[in-house]
Amino acid sequence: MSVQILSGQLLLGLINGAFYALLSLGLAVIFGVLGIINFAHGAFYMVGAFAAWGLATYLDIGYWPALVLVPLALGLVGMGVERLMLKRLGGLDPLYGLLATFGLALVLEGTFRQVYGSSGQPYPVPDALQGGVNLGFMFLPLYRGWVVAASIVVCLATWLAIERTALGARLRAATERPDVAQALGLNVPLLVTVTFGVAVALAAFAGVMAAPVYQANPLMGSNLIIVVFAVVVIGGMGSLSGAILSGYGLGLAEGLTKVFYPPAANIVVFVIMACVLMVRPAGLFGRAS
Amino acid sequence: MPETVLSVSGLDGHYGDSHVLHGVAFNVQAGEIVTLVGRNGAGKTSTLRAIMGLLPRRSGSIELRGRQLIGLPPHRIARAGIGYVPDDRGIFASLSVAENLALPPRAQAGALSDGEIDALFPRMKERWASPGTKLSGGEQQMLAIARALRTGARLLLLDEPTEGLAPVIVQRIGQIIRDLKGRGHTVLLVEQNVHFAATVADRHIVMENGRVVDTLDNADLAADPGRLDRFLGV
Repeated sequence: MSVQILSGQLLLGLINGAFYALLSLGLAVIFGVLGIINFAHGAFYMVGAFAAWGLATYLDIGYWPALVLVPLALGLVGMGVERLMLKRLGGLDPLYGLLATFGLALVLEGTFRQVYGSSGQPYPVPDALQGGVNLGFMFLPLYRGWVVAASIVVCLATWLAIERTALGARLRAATERPDVAQALGLNVPLLVTVTFGVAVALAAFAGVMAAPVYQANPLMGSNLIIVVFAVVVIGGMGSLSGAILSGYGLGLAEGLTKVFYPPAANIVVFVIMACVLMVRPAGLFGRAS
Repeated sequence: MPETVLSVSGLDGHYGDSHVLHGVAFNVQAGEIVTLVGRNGAGKTSTLRAIMGLLPRRSGSIELRGRQLIGLPPHRIARAGIGYVPDDRGIFASLSVAENLALPPRAQAGALSDGEIDALFPRMKERWASPGTKLSGGEQQMLAIARALRTGARLLLLDEPTEGLAPVIVQRIGQIIRDLKGRGHTVLLVEQNVHFAATVADRHIVMENGRVVDTLDNADLAADPGRLDRFLGV
């Protein structure tokens, strides 16, 4: 087997991993503060890709502004969803949150499928990132290199913000003991709303970055989200570093499987999940409670 | 006539279907140290939780220097100037000692400075970066009190600050509470240990079955040592 094939598949795996990491990080954060599994996370990612496409198609607004505007706008939408829907489910069985977000995902996907059909809307690679560089052992398309680098930077920055800053300490406190945190004077309901918005913005950011790679497709979110759930479970529910590392790791594992045994590439993540859960039920980085 | 800091009247509280507080009423004056005493399940902790807005349902009146707290969410109550130390101390495992201490927003002017905190709680600095819950029980209690003081709150609610602690630590906490009184703080504490309560507090409010059944000061206690035992039934 050639080095080209191996490194090419590893790069593809790393790109998938970049999207897994961005989405699973948001899911883990949401699970931490709200205790619900946000089924609509993939739909927000899809809406992010469509929003970038829509900005380009209808308003002639390009990739770089979209990369800022779309996460901001969808982050606000996310805060609205939290305030109007999820907040009202607080204190109920987490199943209600899961059902509400699942319903929201179906509505979003159905709407986009009704309007745009199931085929993807093409989105061009931005001019500055056209072409690629020859690394000697492989050809690296610039855009794909950018996706991997940007996702690593954003994941790392998010992790640092949560683990190493005073605002992050408030978020951790609200995650661990929301009642005590609030009785100490923290505005926990606001913190939860903003956190949900930021996590949705991360999904939207991933969606914009995905548009030139996968096109904007109404089903792109649901194709991805099941794998992302497995990523979060493998990393350990609520563990942020676990979600990020398993995102990239499982992307790479998929890439490797494509080289050595392609038929298993689609299920390898779930096989790994089953194995991890047998040995470590709390996930690789989870704390057993 | 000293200022009334906290005025509770007709306070009813519920956890789901169980009615845990029945018309609780008492006042706490500025600079006073008052204990809530009573058997397990008498409603002492629930009273503190009701004041902080942590009870799912509460009604009646709770006034902090004339400001009605019923209807406010817990974070607004805390920012109105109440420092709360819950019965399990509420130290966060996912935060370092320093992060635990710095967590609550400053509610009022007059907060203890870092230097004053160091003076009251020496040795806390040595454990600055370790997770809050790696501290000993006594150290966690000190950290929780320091954290409440750092907000500038002049009224502290302490829920069983001596529970499960060694006698020497209990003495130290008693000293800290008397120091706070000297600094003009007002303290309402829940206490099972009547002897400890008698050494630090000015007044004792006796609760039974979610009601206030008696109030006595240390002179009453000295005149009739059996008066509390009737309610505590040891």
